Amino acid sequence: MNLHEYQAKELLSAAGVDVPHGLVAYSPDQAVYAATELGGWHWAVKAQVHAGARGKAGGIKLCRTYHEVREAAEAMLGRRLVTVQTGPEGKPVNRLLIEVATPFEREFYLGFVLDRKTERVRVIASAEGGMEIEELAHRPGALIECEVEPAVGLQAFQAREIAFRLGLTIKQVQRASKAIMGAYRTFRDSDATMLEINPLVLLADERVVALDCKMSIDDNALFRRPRLEAMRDPTQDDPREAQAADHNLNYVGLDGTIGCIVNGAGLAMATMDTIKYAGGEPANFLDVGGGASPERVATAFRLVLSDPNVRAVLVNIFAGINRCDWVAEGVVQAVRQIGLKQPLVVRLAGTNVEAGRQILRDSGIDLIAAESLSEAAARAVEAARAYAP
Amino acid sequence: MAILIDRDTKILVQGFTAEKATFHANEMIGYGAQVVGGVTPGKGGRRHLDRPVFDTVKDAVAATGADASILFVAPPFCADAIMEAADAGLRLVCAITDGIPAQDMMRVKRYLRRYPRERRTMLVGPNCAGIISPGRSMLGIMPPHIYREGNIGIVSRSGTLGYEAAAQLSELGLGVSTSVGIGGDPINGSSFLDHLALFENDPDTHAVMMIGEIGGPQEAEAAAWIEHNMTKPVIGYVAGMTAPKGRRMGHAGAIVSSAGDSAAEKAEIMRGHGLTVAPSAGALGTTVAEVMDRRPRVAA
Repeated sequence: MNLHEYQAKELLSAAGVDVPHGLVAYSPDQAVYAATELGGWHWAVKAQVHAGARGKAGGIKLCRTYHEVREAAEAMLGRRLVTVQTGPEGKPVNRLLIEVATPFEREFYLGFVLDRKTERVRVIASAEGGMEIEELAHRPGALIECEVEPAVGLQAFQAREIAFRLGLTIKQVQRASKAIMGAYRTFRDSDATMLEINPLVLLADERVVALDCKMSIDDNALFRRPRLEAMRDPTQDDPREAQAADHNLNYVGLDGTIGCIVNGAGLAMATMDTIKYAGGEPANFLDVGGGASPERVATAFRLVLSDPNVRAVLVNIFAGINRCDWVAEGVVQAVRQIGLKQPLVVRLAGTNVEAGRQILRDSGIDLIAAESLSEAAARAVEAARAYAP
Repeated sequence: MAILIDRDTKILVQGFTAEKATFHANEMIGYGAQVVGGVTPGKGGRRHLDRPVFDTVKDAVAATGADASILFVAPPFCADAIMEAADAGLRLVCAITDGIPAQDMMRVKRYLRRYPRERRTMLVGPNCAGIISPGRSMLGIMPPHIYREGNIGIVSRSGTLGYEAAAQLSELGLGVSTSVGIGGDPINGSSFLDHLALFENDPDTHAVMMIGEIGGPQEAEAAAWIEHNMTKPVIGYVAGMTAPKGRRMGHAGAIVSSAGDSAAEKAEIMRGHGLTVAPSAGALGTTVAEVMDRRPRVAA
C-alpha cells in the first residue's frame, strides 16, 4: 500500500524529522485558507497522487500570491495527473498539500528499502539529490550505502558515516544523523518496504528538512498498523483491482484480449505466458486462490468481463485443495448468471478432474474443453481471433 | 533416498487443531506420512486426529522425537512459531502460511543464523505448497496423486506451477524424487540454491527442474552456482514473461522492481550459465524428457 506525501511527512515529523510547514486542502478555498494560515510569502501547491515525477507533469506549482495558489489549486483538483510513472490514464488529484516554500542550499537523496539479496534493510544516500534513484545507480560513486543488522537496528555511527560522506560539517552532520535515524524508525515502525526522501535538503540556517517523501507499506503487516490502514486512498487504485481486492482476489489489468481465471499466482503468470507463446495477448492476471467457490468464480468472471477488450476467457484450474467438480459447478453457475457471450476455454486438472469435466459436459454450456495448458492457450487464441462481437 | 523428507521423518503440525491444519494433516496421514503429534498453545494434553497435542514445540519434541514440522499458524503469530520450532531443535520446518510481514521474516532469518550450521533449522517457505517425496512422505498441501515416484527433483516458487510440472512429467511417464515449494514471499527461508545442493548429493535424483518467477535475485544466484557445482542437468523455467514492470503479480515477492528481476532477464541468465530453459509452461515435461534422453545412459 502506498502513502501520500503528506501522510508520510506526518509519520516522519512524529519521528523527529523536520518537514516544511504544510496543510492539506480538498478545494481551492481550502488551499487559499491553508496559505493564509501557514503565513510566509511563497507556497508550494503539490498534487497528492501515488506517483512520482509530479514536477515535470505540472503537479507541483510554486506560487507567490493567494491568487496564484487558487489558480494552481483549480488547475489541479478534479483532474487526472499523468506523469511518467502513472501510465497514460494518470491518477486523480483529490487532495493538495500546501506548503511554505523552502529555499535550500543543497539537496540530497535518502532512501530505505528491504533488500531481498541481503534480507536486510538497506540505506541508500547520495549527495546528488533531486534525481531519480535509477539515474543515480548508473553513476559510479554516486551512492552511499549501508546495511542494517536486524537484531540491533540502524546505529548512530552508520548515520554519521553517511552524513560525513555527504560532505557536511559537524553541526550539519548531527542534524542529518537525527533525520536519518528518525527516517529509519519511521520505516521500521510502519512496516515499510520503501521510504524515499528525495530531496532531503540543507537550509541556509543549517537545518536538514525532508522536502518530499514517498513511502510504501507492507500489505502483510497492515493487520498491526490500523492507523496506516486508515490512510488508504482507494481513489489511487485501479477500480477493477480495488474491486478484486475487496473479494480477496488478485487482479492486474493488462492490454490483451484473452481474459484469464487461474488458481495460484505462479500458474496464473505461466498461463499468461503460454497465451503469449501461442500468439495471443493476455487481458489480465487473476488468481482466484485456494478456495475457488462458485461465488468467487462468478466474481472472477464479472471482473474479467468488465474489461471491454476481452474476446475470449480462459479458465485454468489445477485443483489441489480445490476439487475440480466444485470449480466446474462454479463455472457453470457463473456462466449462467452472467450470460457469457465470448468464447470460453476451460482446462481442469488435479483432484476429481473426471467429475469436473463431466459436470461441464452435462451442463450443455457452449465451451471448449482443453486437456493441457498448451492446448488451452492455443484454443483460446484461436477463439479470440474468430470472435465477432 | 530423496531429499528433506523420507518414510522415517517424524512430523509435528503447528497450529494443529485449526480447520485447515486438520484437513491437511489428515491428507498427510492418509499418504503415509508419520505425523506424530501437534502443537496448539493452550490445548496441550488433548488428543486430535488420534495424536497428542502439546502446548510447546519443546514438549512435543521431547515426547515424540519429532524432527520436522509443518506450520499452519496465522500470519501474526507465524514468525514466532517458526523461531519456537528452531529453538526446539527441529531439523526441518515448513511454513505454509501466506501473509507474514516481511520485517518478521527478516528477524526470523537472523534468528535462524544464531545456531551453528550443524544444528541449524532448514526453513521451507513461507507461502509455499510444501514438500513431497512421492511414495515416501509428504509435508505439504499438494494433491499427492499427481506425483509418480521417480528421479526428477522439482524446486519451485509457485505451488500450482509445481503441480503443473509434476503432472506433465507423470503424463510422460517420468516421476519425482522430491518436490519442494520454496514460496512466493520476498524474504523466504531456503532458496533454490539450498535445495539444488541437496539434489546434487541425492543418488535418486538424476535431473532437477527449477521453476522461478519474476522478482528477487535467487534464480540468478542459483544459476551461477549450478554452472560450477552441479553435475546433474538442471532445466529452468521462469514465470512472468508477460508481467508488467512494477506490478505485484499475486505473490508478495512477484514484482519486477530492479535490474535482473524480469522473467526474460532471469531466463537469459539461466541460459548463460548452461541451463536448458523450457520455452513455455506447456513444455515443462517435454523439456525435461528431452534433456533426459540426451544424457548418456549407463548400462544397467
